[in-house]
This record gives sequence, C-alpha cells and structure tokens, in this order.
Amino acid sequence: MRLNFTVNGRAETVDDVWEGESLLYVLRERAGLPGSKNACEQGECGSCTVYLDGVPVCACLVAAGQAEGREVRTVEGLADGDRLDPIQQAFVDAGAVQCGFCTPGLLVQAHDLIERVPRPSDPEIREALAGNLCRCTGYEKILDAVRLAAERKAGAR
Amino acid sequence: MRPFTYLRAPDVATAVRAISAEPGAKFIGGGTNLVDLLREDIEQPGTVIDITGLPLTGVEELPDGGIRIGALVRNSHLAAHRLVTTRYPMLSQAILSGASPQLRNMATTGGNLLQRTRCLYFYDGAAACNKREPGSGCDAIGGFNRQHGVLGVSDDCLATHPSDMCVALAALDATVETRSEHGVRRIPLVDLHRLPGTTPHRETVLAADELITAIELPPPPSGAVSRYRKVRDRASYAFALVSVAAVLKVRDGSVSTVRLALGGVAPKPWRAYAAERALLAAPATEESFTRAAEAELTAATARPGNAFKIELARRTIVATLRDLLAEGSAA
Ligand SMILES: Cc1cc2nc3c(=O)[nH]c(=O)nc-3n(C[C@H](O)[C@H](O)[C@H](O)COP(=O)(O)OP(=O)(O)OC[C@H]3O[C@@H](n4cnc5c(N)ncnc54)[C@H](O)[C@@H]3O)c2cc1C
Ligand code: FES
Ligand code: FES
Repeated sequence: MRLNFTVNGRAETVDDVWEGESLLYVLRERAGLPGSKNACEQGECGSCTVYLDGVPVCACLVAAGQAEGREVRTVEGLADGDRLDPIQQAFVDAGAVQCGFCTPGLLVQAHDLIERVPRPSDPEIREALAGNLCRCTGYEKILDAVRLAAERKAGAR
Repeated sequence: MRPFTYLRAPDVATAVRAISAEPGAKFIGGGTNLVDLLREDIEQPGTVIDITGLPLTGVEELPDGGIRIGALVRNSHLAAHRLVTTRYPMLSQAILSGASPQLRNMATTGGNLLQRTRCLYFYDGAAACNKREPGSGCDAIGGFNRQHGVLGVSDDCLATHPSDMCVALAALDATVETRSEHGVRRIPLVDLHRLPGTTPHRETVLAADELITAIELPPPPSGAVSRYRKVRDRASYAFALVSVAAVLKVRDGSVSTVRLALGGVAPKPWRAYAAERALLAAPATEESFTRAAEAELTAATARPGNAFKIELARRTIVATLRDLLAEGSAA
C-alpha cells in the first residue's frame, strides 16, 4: 500500500508499505529516520518512542496502516535546525548518555513530560519514564538531565 | 508475521459487516497486544480490521449518574477523564498502575478487556500450551508458575488474565455492550471471560464476529470509599502478582456495602463474592477482613511456584480494607 502521513512537519508518501509492518520499520527503513531505535520490538523498552498525533507511543507496536493520515514526530524532529531542544542539551550537559541506544526514546518521552508538567517531581519523572529502559546509566544522570531541562525551561519562560 | 488483508472501518456497521464476512478476522484497536501476537505468530488472522476510526471515543455521563465509555477511548485518556477521577478514582488508579505511559496512550478500552495472557509458555511457540494449541498440554504445570493463577484455574491451564483495568471494572459492576450482525448485547463484565476448564483456548463468551462498542458503569455507591492496590516485583511497569480492587462503606461500625475483586490470581478478573458475603453486615474489623479473605481463598489451589500468592492475596485484601476503613472514618 501507499502510506501517507506527516513526519516532523513534512507530508510523506511511502510506497510498497505492508500494513502489518511496524511504524518503527517504516520510519527507520523506508523514511530515512533511524533515530528511533529498535531494541525489543515488544513494547518493553521504550527505545522506539515517537509522538503519534501528539502523544508518545511505542512505534514498534503500531501497525503501519494505523499511521495513515496521522502526524508523527520523531527524535529527529525535536531540534530546531542546529539548535538542540532543551531536553537534548540537558542530556548532553548532565552526561545522561552512554551507549545511546535508549536515548532517542527517553528524549521524546521526557520532552512530552516537561511540556505537560513544567516542574515535575522526582516520582513524576520516574513514573513518566518507567517504560524506558536503560542498561548503562543507572538512571541517575537521566533524572538529573530531566530536572535540568525542566529548570532551564521554566527559567526561560 | 504472516501476510493478512488490512481493512479500515469508518463506522460500526462496516466493522461488523466486515468481521462477519471474514471468518478468522480480527479487530485491531491500539494494537499493543495484537501487533505483538501477530509478530510472534500466535495470532494468525487472514484479515485485520482497523477500528481506531470508529466514533466510539467518548466518555459520557448517563442519566442515572453512571458513565458510558466508548470502546476506542484510550487508556490514558480514560484514566485522566474528570468523570473518572472524580467518581471512580479506583478505575484511574488501576489503569495508571498498568503498562507504561506510551502503551496506555495507544491501548483502547475494548483491547484492554480482550488482551491475552502474558503466560511465558503461551508466548513460547516451542512450549506446550492448551490455550495456543488445544490438546498440546500445559508446560506451566510443573514448569515456572510463579506468575500463574491460584483461583479458577484448571488442570489444563494456569494462565492469568493480565489486565489491571478489568479488576477495577469487575468491582464497579461494569456492563459490556457489543454489536454484531445479530444485534446489540449487554454482558456483565464478570461474565465476559470464561474459566479455562478443559477449553482454555475459549477465553470469553463473545462470538468471533462481536464488536465491543462500550462499557457502562452504574453510579458509584454513595458514601463508599474505594481503592486499587497492586503488588508486583517492582514499583512500576510490571504485571500484578496480586491486586485488589475494593469498594467499602461502613455504617455504625458494620460493613454496609462491599465490593471486592482480585487480579493476578485468576484466569479472569476475579470478583470475590465469597469474601463479600462474609463481610456484608459484619463488624468492620481486622478479624472480619481476615475471615472474609480466607473465605475467598479456601478454594485456592497452589503449585510450587505460586503458593506464596495465597498468603499474599490474603494480606493484600486485609491491608486494602484496613486502609479503606481508615480513609472512610477520616472522611
Ligand atoms: C510491555 C507491556 C506491559 C504491559 N503491562 C500491563 C500491565 O501492567 N497491566 C495491564 O493491565 N496491561 C498491561 N499491558 C497490556 C496492555 O494494557 C494491553 O496491551 C492493552 O490494553 C491492549 O489494548 P489495545 O487497544 O492495544 O488492544 P489490541 O492489541 O488492539 O487488541 C487486543 C485484542 O482485543 C481485540 N479487540 C480490540 N478492540 C476490540 C473491540 N472493540 N471489539 C472486539 N475486539 C476487540 C483485538 O482483536 C485483539 O484480539 C502491557 C503491555 C505491554 C506490551
Ligand atoms: S523497541 Fe519498541 S518498546 Fe522496545
Ligand atoms: S545509555 Fe545505553 S541503554 Fe541507556
């Protein structure tokens, strides 16, 4: 089938898509957007988190057909040109990235959190990121990064 | 994953017509369970019918003070809805204790009801599983059965129903509404899922061509307090070992209203009728709570891996009721 959807603000048409393949596969293998990662393919790890119509979902469990006509925003769509989004900058500054495999999913999920909850408490951060697994960092630096991004964003307002 | 035909249904009539025309077809809601099962080759439908475009996305107030929840309402939307947080806070608690934010953002009400077990042997194509392959046996019996059920299970299947939301719905006396070419049906949620018996592959009373359209809740019992408590291996993002949904009202020191349901211990959301009978009109004390829990759990059967669940269920029931008693008297 032909899939029509919007990715990072741009209308995309992708041909020869099989409806049963995942949105993650379409993004990585057909739309040239390998930022979202494929780790578990079971909804367990959150590495594939993207916005679908404005809410974060696991792209590995979205059938391609379900994305028809909808709006997707991936980690590639967070930065404004060369200017990193505050959450991305905070991950860099706080040292929240090691191997980086979990990072794109965490960025999208954390981005959504601080959009909705400008000053999240620690339990709120933990709960919001519960579906994003990281094998490297032990999470402390990730929490630091989210707090830092929230502070900077609140300061800039 | 095997190839299948993908249809998109714009309205309920089309969805119902499509499924009755294609034996073996499956609806797809959020897909968080079905996509996984397709990929694992456990579900093998010839046709998948996308119902996410159906206009069943509302949460409405009913004239009697209850609510009606469309089958395509997303779990996260439902948990945050004002009618739910104000009148049925236990339902919000139950939903928010399940899965992750990303999964709840996709998952639908109808899909949550019909999600399939997380039994490892059901997922493992090389294992014997009467649910996946009738007559092949059950490797959970004699295998790793720490996650498995102690109530309502059979010698052919120990699998549990994994939903948290359904446990709260069972305690809230929910009704499920369905549509098929044969018309509209209303089924009490507690009667939707079957016990395994000798046919664990038959999981619900629904016909293959029935579409879940809505869930209705009666008004919450006035003056009662309620709570969902989930016990699991980590603080978040894990399936329940044991969970308890409880509604309690105490008048003059005695229990005047009680509704109790259990999760993580049975093949279906388990309404604890025996415990309710033991509690009704009894003094609202720790002793009554313990006796009620024991009344429910005398029927429990344990395997080596899950014997702990009986004691855990007893303690969780008592602790939940104790907390509700304190909350009710403080109010
Ligand atoms: C990693 C992970 C962790 C999870 N943890 C939890 C947890 O802790 N607690 C919990 O409760 N759940 C948990 N879940 C399960 C999750 O809640 C379910 O996957 C979800 O609710 C299913 O909803 P869906 O709309 O995505 O269903 P789908 O995958 O779309 O459908 C599931 C089934 O329902 C059928 N169906 C869907 N809608 C209808 C309808 N309207 N009428 C008739 N049939 C229909 C489909 O044909 C399919 O057979 C977890 C899932 C994952 C992947
Ligand atoms: S790859 Fe999607 S959740 Fe792990
Ligand atoms: S940085 Fe390696 S998995 Fe998170």
